[in-house]
Amino acid sequence: MQQASLFRTLGQTLERRLPLLVVSPLFSLSLFFVYGFIAWTAYISLTKSGVMPVYTFDGLAQYERLWDTPRWYVALKNLFIFSSLFIGISMAIGILLAILLDQHIRLEGMIRTIYLYPMALSFIVTGTVWKWILNPGLGIEHLMRQAGFENFTFDWLVNSDFAIYTVVIAAVWQSSGYAMALFLAGLRSVDDEILKAAAIDGARPWRVYTGIVLPILRPVFLSTVIILAHLAIKSFDLVVALTGGGPGYATDMPATFMYAFAFQRSELGVAAASAVMMLMTVTAIIVPYLYSELRGTRK
Amino acid sequence: MFHSRTVLPLVAAASLALGTAARAEGTVEVLHWWTSGGEAKAVGELKKSFEATGGTWLDSPIAGGGGDAAMTALRARVVAGNPPTAVQLKGPGIQEWAEQGALNDVEDVAAAENWDAVLPPVLAGIMKYEGQYVAAPVNIHRVDWIWANPEALAKAGVEAMPTTWDEFNAAADKLQAAGIIPLAHGGQPWQDATVFEDVVLGVGGAGFFRKALVELDQEALTSDTMIAAFDQLRKLRGYVDPNFSGRDWNLATAMVMRGEAGFQIMGDWAKGEFLAAGKVPSKDFLCAPTPGNGFVLNSDSFTFFKVEGDDKLTGQKVLASLIMSPDFQKTFNLAKGSIPARTDVPLDDFDDCAKLSHSDLLKAIESDSLVPSMAHEMAVPRSVRGEFLDLVTEFFNSDMSSEDAVKRLADAVKRAM
Repeated sequence: MQQASLFRTLGQTLERRLPLLVVSPLFSLSLFFVYGFIAWTAYISLTKSGVMPVYTFDGLAQYERLWDTPRWYVALKNLFIFSSLFIGISMAIGILLAILLDQHIRLEGMIRTIYLYPMALSFIVTGTVWKWILNPGLGIEHLMRQAGFENFTFDWLVNSDFAIYTVVIAAVWQSSGYAMALFLAGLRSVDDEILKAAAIDGARPWRVYTGIVLPILRPVFLSTVIILAHLAIKSFDLVVALTGGGPGYATDMPATFMYAFAFQRSELGVAAASAVMMLMTVTAIIVPYLYSELRGTRK
Repeated sequence: MFHSRTVLPLVAAASLALGTAARAEGTVEVLHWWTSGGEAKAVGELKKSFEATGGTWLDSPIAGGGGDAAMTALRARVVAGNPPTAVQLKGPGIQEWAEQGALNDVEDVAAAENWDAVLPPVLAGIMKYEGQYVAAPVNIHRVDWIWANPEALAKAGVEAMPTTWDEFNAAADKLQAAGIIPLAHGGQPWQDATVFEDVVLGVGGAGFFRKALVELDQEALTSDTMIAAFDQLRKLRGYVDPNFSGRDWNLATAMVMRGEAGFQIMGDWAKGEFLAAGKVPSKDFLCAPTPGNGFVLNSDSFTFFKVEGDDKLTGQKVLASLIMSPDFQKTFNLAKGSIPARTDVPLDDFDDCAKLSHSDLLKAIESDSLVPSMAHEMAVPRSVRGEFLDLVTEFFNSDMSSEDAVKRLADAVKRAM
């Protein structure tokens, strides 16, 4: 009798602990490979590391170096321009397409797939294709000139003042279909009863959307912003494929800056410092979001 | 039973002995990023010669990013305590690794074969750490070349290759008037910097070049001569077609080949493109040094890392001796388009441009106007070179004034040191 109850309690404990046990290897791996290396990078940013990592503490010298480098400011400015335009335009196009698709039109499934399709491509492909389209000697400009418009110029790709906007164009092309899909899912979840009630009350479509539907979609907005924002901050492949950071370093982003300093210039310390700055930026966005979300669910 | 128990270990011992005997000439593992065209062929020559001595060659080619990927792999392997025997590594990069204590010297081979007597002193200095050879050069590339299409020049009425930047500007103006792109150029930072250093040599001379771009003297960097160099670079910007941004150097070379452009300023790897297309020097294309009566030196070398074990150490020494042998220097450089690093190798089988390069090299050694290339990682550490590239490329792609450029350049260099 006693033995049986012992087994039972053992079984219960195991049952309770099993999920923890199963998760723990994964947990320790991510603890080591993600958080461990974040800590390592943070420490390297406080040392004199150059070609090889060195571990003698050197204070904030690498950060001073970083914030003295004009190229870093270009990268930050580009990140700001790129992410605000990219997120803003992608969301505007996404919600417009979603509303239009939501009018119970024919062939909706096919159209939806067409708009979503660019998301299936990798940024490298998008970047390469747009590099050809935007190249003055090959793409749009060449085409228009051959069509007889001799003075047509569209040289943003090779103009250091405008090159960053070509990155925006390519990224928007790639991601607005995805934003559309998110919004469409949100629109579909809006209760029909509310819309009918609004129609009975005589509300016009415009008023229905601005006054009822969009406020209901608030959580969708938030998650779309988060998804697009992290795409923007870690944008690397698109820039490398489309402009290679150029002309000069006019389209440098923090991620390409970090790569250049770590792997082309043997300045691990500065690169680590820039990585830490990027991490802090992401944290500054994500933490308030998580906080508000978690508080919301607890309620 | 009895038999097999004694015979087996015997066989094992015998095969072990045989195995080491077969590898008496050593094993080398060579990390490099020569994976395309003439370069791959050239490294194949090295492999063939090494295997002919009875050694074992383990090839570790790591392509991508102009060696960035290879450097990342190297870093990981040195940290793990398992470095390759020899690495394609050049310039002050050698010193950076030597300071980490990661290199072996091959001084006994170098002393026995008297490398000091056959290498240009500037180059020998780069190969040494604390007076001992830790690397062996395979070739010498000249960076300060102008390549030209004679037909395009004739069409525009340009009679001779320019010998000063003023002459170059005059010729370029004529080409522009004739509707030919004067200067074929690719807008990549290293190409911008290549043109920049050739301009500095032409405007300031070898002595100024050395002070500004090698010794990083602040006074030289902010001097009027440097401002004049930037002015000339700004002039060259006007001779480039609007489509230059991001173009690869070999595409720019092809523009000269096709006669779309008159000149290209590029190192002698461009010659490889001409020759590969079946063009003949002095007939289908012209080569002339850029102004300045100097010689901007770029050289590939193999650096020897700290390996252990007799087998690997032997391989390292054999490889060092092989790289510096006149025969190898000749075959390798015929394949790669450069000239031998040894100055005593006869150049009978080489083309006219290579012969000109060689005679100018000897003249430059004599008159002390041989300078290491900044743009090609021969003169300054990668961190400083990076600052040069950033600034020069920003200057080339914006309307920054020469005065601002000089000031910002001096600040950037100070920051990186």
